Amino acid sequence: MQIAPLLKKLSEARGVSGYEAEVREIVAEEFGRYADEVQTDKLGNVIALKRGEGEEPRRRIMLAGHIDEIGLMVTKLEKGFIHFTEVGGFDEQTLVGQEVTVHGRRDLPGIIGSRPPHVLPQEEREKTMPMDKLFIDVGMGEEELGRWVRVGDLATLRRQFTPLQGDVVAGKSFDDRASLAAILVCLEGLASVKHAWDVYAVATVQEEVGLRGAITSAYGLAPDVAIAIDVTFGDQPGVSEAETLKIGQGPAIGFGPNIHPKLHEALVEVAKELEIPYQVEPVPGGSGTDAWAIQVTREGIPTALLSIPVRFMHTSVETLSLKDVERTGRLMAGFIARLDNVRIYEFTNLEEGNCF
Amino acid sequence: MLLRELSEAFGVSGCEDEVRGVISEAIRGRVDEVRVDSIGNLIALKRGTGESALKVMVAAHTDEVGLMITHIEEESGAIRFRPVGGIDDRILLSKLVLIGKERVPGVIGAKPIHLIKEEERKQVVRVDQMAIDIGAKSKEEAEKVIKIGDYAVFATEFCPLTDDGLRTVKGKAFDDRAGCAVLIEVLKERYPFDLYAVFTVQEEVGLRGARVAAYAIEPDVAFALEGTICDDMPKKKDVSPTTKIGAGPAITIMDRSFIADRGLVKLLVETAEELGIPYQFKQPGIGGTDSGAIHLVKEGVPSATVAVPCRYIHSPVCLLSLEDLENTARLMKAALGRLVTRRFVDS
Repeated sequence: MQIAPLLKKLSEARGVSGYEAEVREIVAEEFGRYADEVQTDKLGNVIALKRGEGEEPRRRIMLAGHIDEIGLMVTKLEKGFIHFTEVGGFDEQTLVGQEVTVHGRRDLPGIIGSRPPHVLPQEEREKTMPMDKLFIDVGMGEEELGRWVRVGDLATLRRQFTPLQGDVVAGKSFDDRASLAAILVCLEGLASVKHAWDVYAVATVQEEVGLRGAITSAYGLAPDVAIAIDVTFGDQPGVSEAETLKIGQGPAIGFGPNIHPKLHEALVEVAKELEIPYQVEPVPGGSGTDAWAIQVTREGIPTALLSIPVRFMHTSVETLSLKDVERTGRLMAGFIARLDNVRIYEFTNLEEGNCF
Repeated sequence: MLLRELSEAFGVSGCEDEVRGVISEAIRGRVDEVRVDSIGNLIALKRGTGESALKVMVAAHTDEVGLMITHIEEESGAIRFRPVGGIDDRILLSKLVLIGKERVPGVIGAKPIHLIKEEERKQVVRVDQMAIDIGAKSKEEAEKVIKIGDYAVFATEFCPLTDDGLRTVKGKAFDDRAGCAVLIEVLKERYPFDLYAVFTVQEEVGLRGARVAAYAIEPDVAFALEGTICDDMPKKKDVSPTTKIGAGPAITIMDRSFIADRGLVKLLVETAEELGIPYQFKQPGIGGTDSGAIHLVKEGVPSATVAVPCRYIHSPVCLLSLEDLENTARLMKAALGRLVTRRFVDS
């Protein structure tokens, strides 16, 4: 599979939380290449089923990656300029001088402008710009703007997917479109191996505003086991090594209260067996991912978390190593191919102390 | 469109070759002599009809603000940089840049919001805390494609925003590729006097190209064409917009670098009014242009500055109105055409 063009398509597509239609269509089409069935649920989650070959009733594994991205929403029009708030969490400092697309009655390219340094007193330049001082400029006069843009319209970051050196790439919304690419790598891998369990690949919605798509899709599918795939903090200058994982060194296999210890162990075993480089990510509490919601769905679902290290998360220049995407997909496929009824007993019974 | 080519060309102060190339191509056949001087100014002579013995210089600068690679860290390969020209640190985070001749792409990273402490969020991230990531794993790997001293520009595509009304476009470096575009247009016509069109270098680091070009040419009169400050955005405190988009060419009366020749200002204003070309005065006391250097060359040169208002100059992406750009060219052509009949130093 050519991961770069796939990730480019996913990354450049627009889909702010609650408004994932454009990216949903792309994902549904891509899922359709490998799945037996693809459907969309009430909240907008795309759910693909790839049937296993075990005897019915078959066990189910759910793979969840979210398709929504953080974005902006129009709050007020003033003299031809657009004031906005955020959908999901941005650092305002990364928004200044950024190009966006305003999704009005038609898509309008725009700029998050700032006052030129020539007119700013030094003390002004020492202060960060709060969101209420920022605005979007689409180059229209007041009247024309009013015809095209209304309060409540959304805006997304505008950034072309850009290959850097080696297999490193930069772009927007790798959180969490990179995981969708990894799920597709997994589905492709499963096309040529036998697997007993049914595989439900889910592109979840509204993760950035509260893991909401995961809540309903996990309930609907009631899987025996789930893996959430998300991004995690990549190594970068100015951030302690203790808080990050290295890009290019393989998927991060999460460990902590949010993650079923046996699943963690099994994923590590498979990574070793397949000689896939991996890193262990300690997650001492809430993982802030779909795994957090899935784990406590219904009577509880054994859940694992795989993360792709991404630098500069929640900015327009998220940066990752394509190899990590491929390895994450391959690890999941290898894991799924090894699932059988013996394993499920381990995953659902925690009586033997196994958190060490 | 020529403005697109000019805008997307690479030309940080001291490294203007690519812009010079675009301009040389664009003015071919429109001028009688072309030379490049020792600092890199492109000087084109358009001979006059012979009616006037004046020598007139019109300058537009080719350079843009940008970045220079200053250091590559041994272990992490983090690429440190400094601005070339005046850049507000606050516009640098989360941008795509192109480094060096080969335009190696890199990104200026930012901390994930999740890892920023509350008190830290109020602190401006300084340029010396930032780094460019080109995806190299080490200093050694980075040095295969870039080196210390390489210049970098913002990776910004030129693109029209609206087709009607203001006819706005966005792109990088409209300061001063807008002035270059106007000057190239001005060269379409022949004037009563010899016109020296000078595409200057190093304006952003101290008006350095204009100074030596004016010294060599010894003009009787000079104009600088600019893409200038426009601060007409909404803001809490009611301060001057400096210039406004869509209100026509901005004529400078006084800025931080010079006081415009009053006769030339009068010529510009009268020409605009007679021809019905909209114009505005730039708010006095802000910014500086090549005129600041030119008017003090040798025994002095009466000078004026006319500019296209550009929002967000000195940032990765700026915006201008093509109406303003075209009106600036119209005004300049007409004013130059009338220059011969006037006293240009008004005391």
